Formats: sequence, C-alpha cells, structure tokens
Amino acid sequence: MSEDIKVKDGLRESATFDRITMTEIRRAAETGIYDIRGFGAKRKLPHFDDLLFLGASMSRYPLEGYREKCNTSVTLGDRFAKKPIVLDIPVTIAGMSFGALSANAKEALGRGASLMGTSTTTGDGGMTPEERGQSSKLVYQYLPSRYGMNPDDLRKADAIEVVLGQGAKPGGGGMLLGQKITDRVAKMRTLPMGVDQRSACRHPDWTGPDDLAIKIQELREITDWQVPIYIKVGATRTYYDVKLAVKAGADVIVVDGMQGGTAATQDVFIEHVGIPTLAAIPQAVRALQEMGMHRKVQLIVSGGIRNGADVAKCMALGADAVAIGTAALVALGCNHPMYEEEYKKIGSAAGFYDDYHEGKDPAGISTQDPELMKRLDPVEGGRRLANYLNVLTLEAQTLARACGKNDLRNLEPEDLVALTVESAAMANVPLAGTNWIPGKGY
Amino acid sequence: MKTINLSEQTVRDLNQALHDQAIECTEREWEVLEPKGQHNIACGLDQNISVDIKGPTGYYCAGMNKKAHITIHGNAGQGVAENMMSGSVRVKGDASQAAGATAHGGLLVIEGNAAARCGISMKGVDIVVKGNVGHMSCFMGQAGSLVVCGDAGDALGDSLYETHIYVKGEVKSLGADCIAKEMREEHIEELTELLNRAGVDEDPTAFKRYGSARQLYNFKVDNTSAY
Repeated sequence: MSEDIKVKDGLRESATFDRITMTEIRRAAETGIYDIRGFGAKRKLPHFDDLLFLGASMSRYPLEGYREKCNTSVTLGDRFAKKPIVLDIPVTIAGMSFGALSANAKEALGRGASLMGTSTTTGDGGMTPEERGQSSKLVYQYLPSRYGMNPDDLRKADAIEVVLGQGAKPGGGGMLLGQKITDRVAKMRTLPMGVDQRSACRHPDWTGPDDLAIKIQELREITDWQVPIYIKVGATRTYYDVKLAVKAGADVIVVDGMQGGTAATQDVFIEHVGIPTLAAIPQAVRALQEMGMHRKVQLIVSGGIRNGADVAKCMALGADAVAIGTAALVALGCNHPMYEEEYKKIGSAAGFYDDYHEGKDPAGISTQDPELMKRLDPVEGGRRLANYLNVLTLEAQTLARACGKNDLRNLEPEDLVALTVESAAMANVPLAGTNWIPGKGY
Repeated sequence: MKTINLSEQTVRDLNQALHDQAIECTEREWEVLEPKGQHNIACGLDQNISVDIKGPTGYYCAGMNKKAHITIHGNAGQGVAENMMSGSVRVKGDASQAAGATAHGGLLVIEGNAAARCGISMKGVDIVVKGNVGHMSCFMGQAGSLVVCGDAGDALGDSLYETHIYVKGEVKSLGADCIAKEMREEHIEELTELLNRAGVDEDPTAFKRYGSARQLYNFKVDNTSAY
C-alpha cells in the first residue's frame, strides 16, 4: 500500500497486521509449515548506525590521514597457542560451509582474504582442499555434527573454532536440504545423496562448560598445543557465556549477534532469538575486563558488519577484530541487480533473495548447481572481496586517525556517542550532546 | 616395549611421545601405567602402534585415533575413541557416555557395558559391546555398525541414517525412524565378521537387526510429530 493510496482513499494499514504479517499468515495457512530462509534478521534493530564518533578537535589531537600510520594488524590466540594467528587487518571471514556455498564461492573467499592477509573459516561439512589451498590463514570449525571432521584437517588448520551457536539461531541446529546434497557434499558428510542433513544443536560428547574445558584440552593435545582455539557463541546471555568460555580455556571468543546470517533456518528463529550485535559487545567486554582477560583473550564480533564505520565502532567498544559473512557474499555478487530477471523467475528480487537453502542462487554462490556455480569466477570474486576488505580497512583507519588513534585497537568507548536512548543503554556510551548513559546517571 | 608412568610424567609428555611416532616410529609397543582416570590419554595418535593402558581413563581416551591399537585395562570415561578414524580401541571394563561418538572408522570393543549415547552420530566405525548400552545409543548414526550383545536402553537408533544395529537382548524402545528389520544372510555374514574381529563368542543368529525406516530423510510437515 503506497502512501498515495492511503492519502487518496483514506485507508490505513494496520501496524500490527501489516502486509508482511498477513502474507505470512496466508502462507502458513496454505502450507502448514514454518518459513525457512537464509540471511540474518531483517527487522530494524539498534545497530551501529545509532552510534557516532567524536572526532578530534581542541581536546583531542588527530593524526594526519595520509602521512601517519594507523596499525590494523592483530594477533589472535596468544593465550595458550604456540602459533597464534597474525592478521594484517582486523576483518576476518566468518564460517560458511562448503555445501551451503559453492566450491567457487569458498575459493573466492579464500583468495580475497589471503590477498588482504586475513583468515577464512570453514563451516559444517569439513575442509575442502581448494579452501585450504587458497586460504593462507584458515580457521577450522568444530561443530556438533562433526561432518567431515578428521584429525589430519585439524592439524592443517591455523586455528580451531569450537562452535556452540551462531547469532541467527542460538540454541538451534541446522539443516542442509537434500536438493543441495550433491555426490561430493554427501561423501564429505558420510550420508546418502539427496538426504536432508541435520546438524545437531548440541555437541555429541560433552555437555556444559566443565566438559568443554576437557574437550578443548583434547583438541590442544591432538594438535600439540600449536594453534589457537576459539569458542563461538550466538549472542544471548553474552556476559555469562564469555566468562564461561574464558574459564573453559578459549584463546579467542567469537560473539555473533542476531543480525548474523545463516544458510537456512526458521524465520521465527532468525527474527526472535538472540540479541543485537551492538548489545552483545559491551557485555562481552565487561566479562573479559572483570576477569582481567580483555586483550589477553581476544574478542571477535560478527553480525551485521557492513562498512568501515561498523568495524571501527566494534573495535571502539572493545572488540579485537570482526568477522563478516553476509557482506562478504554481497561483495562476491549475492543479490546483485544484474540477476534481477532471474531472481524474479524464482519468486524473489535482487536485494531481497534469502532462499539460500533451495540451491537456486542466480549468482552461483549458495548453490551446488554446476551451471549456476560457473557464474562466479573465483579469481574475480576474490579480487572483489579483497577490494571490499581494503575499503573496510581504509574507512576504519580514517575514523581512527580522526579520533587521534595510531592503532585501530586504541579506539575506545570514549570516542563514541549514541543517537538513541536504546543504543546509549546498550552500547554504554552517552547520548549525543549529553553526559547521560541510561542507567548510569550523569 | 616403552613404558610411561603417568604418576611420573604428564599426559602431555605421553601424547607428545606417541605423536612423535607418526614422524618416525621407534617403538611399536607402549605401556601406560597409573593413568588414574586422567583425561585425553593417547588421543590423536597416527601410527600403527599398540598402547596398553593399565587402569581407568578419563574423558576422550583414544580420541581421533588413527591406525593405533589401544587397550584400556579398566573403565573408560566419556567419549572414548570419539571421532576415531581407523585402528582399534578395546575397553576391558565399562565405558561412560558417548563412546565412539562421531567415529569414522576402526573398531571399538567394549567388554563391559556402555552408557548413554554409545555411537552417537557414528560415521563408519564398528562398535561391539559385550554388555548393555544406555539410552539414545546410535542417535543420528550415519554409517558403520553397532553390535550389542546385551540389552539396549530407550530410544535406540533415534533419527537413524544408515548405521546397522544388531542387538541380542531386549530393546527398551526404538527411537524415531528406527525399526526392526529382517535378518538376511548378508547380515548374518556381516555380524559374524564383526564378532570375529571383536573376539566375541556369540551366536549371530540370536541377534535382531534394526535400521532406519528412512521416513525422516527429507523433511515433511506430516512427520513433525515424530521429532
């Protein structure tokens, strides 16, 4: 319903039963099944756009943008690992599986990340040779399904990420629908072709943080304490989860907010479980600070990171690095308007496509269809991703220099103000133009 | 034979020494004394060696084992031989929960009983249990075989994929999509071979076979009550 119609005919759309809501009711009534989709939360949430940087003026001294250096490198995992990872930029590629993504997409992610000196991450389904070959720094996810998990790949990894959950579906498992299960994907996961592949929501051989501490010791023993071990959690009770992760022995903690993407889960899950990334970071940082572990156990934040400002804001709030998933896919060509006609044919539109689980992605990214896959040239895709990562880094550096910081990790909450009461309360920074932080007084 | 006493050396020392055998094998026979239930003993091995552990072990003993043949002369804690790839693990006593979890290959023999979730998400390992297994055993089992010479607890083979299950005793209940199946000649042969490999003297014809009904392989809204 356009504004014109409303005005002309005096009609008023219900804010409660808007057209999206009514469409979903009709869809549910017709099919009898919940909506499954990919992507992350689409509802409007308090986010990094609600924060602003206070650039330098009389009371702060800025750095010269084109002459003075602003460090972007970060070392991850030096708490226990003999070989910590050193990233040239604090932007990593989040875990996405071969199976959910095409082999070309995984290769492109590896190429782009390697060009920029940062890491990529495997996903459910194991490590492919192409991915290892193209990723100079590769994080190997250790997931509940253990599809494709083997000690040889574990030892080839530069870090291990024990996945407890993700922001799109904390507390939920996953499912790769049968239409994406090609012979290669099936073999890697030890299952018949065409069968839906369920990923459990809990690990099969441990329950609770005390067990996890022993599990982490096992992974360290198997890899001779060489590589860092991350723990990834979906953002929910972040303060407590981070404390328990530190206690369990993590080198690095990854917190994924509810804007984080997924290949497939229930829409109701994506939109109604978890907390925004903005709200999770201060909780995580407070937990680390109280334990005296901030900057000793590194914090990676993901979920809705789109530009260098988002990167800089995460770091100002206390993160050591960020991870991107959805944005990386968009950089490769996901939802590109050049495929508008093809999106229409499958009932979607460029900019709206989220049915990654169906395997019909016109951009050739979230598919196993050999013909669609060809549309993504991994070399060109890698170049596009590297360009995008470069822009994120340059933008973050620009903002840091303006705040007088010669290292992105020197950004701090004092550099930020909030535009809304909600974001001020969540980020624990003052409302712009005031000294007021909700709940803390003046 | 090389002997390491875990009252005098650490699990780290032991595992490093065993891992070094993958690069250059200098000793095929190893003995571990006084394990005293410590965790992560002999995990991540990658060499055709034999390791005799003279006592009880904690969590994840022989985890991700490749090629090695490990015997635990006592009880084993949670996740024994988890994610094993090849080789063999024999537990002379009982095993705690999640024995053989997600294991891709090799042979796990438990001479006593196995607790809950024995063979959970197993992906090709063969497991032979001389005693009973606890509830939810073989949950989401993908491949390989689970042989139970005693009884099985509740929800055996829940959400099963392609693992073959043989039980001699009683099954308290079957999990979602797990059904009793005909014991044909090829299954008798498979079971005979499994029992022989495990060194277990049982009559294969006394066992019943269970497997997946394959009704939950693809999500159907009509099946939601089964989950």
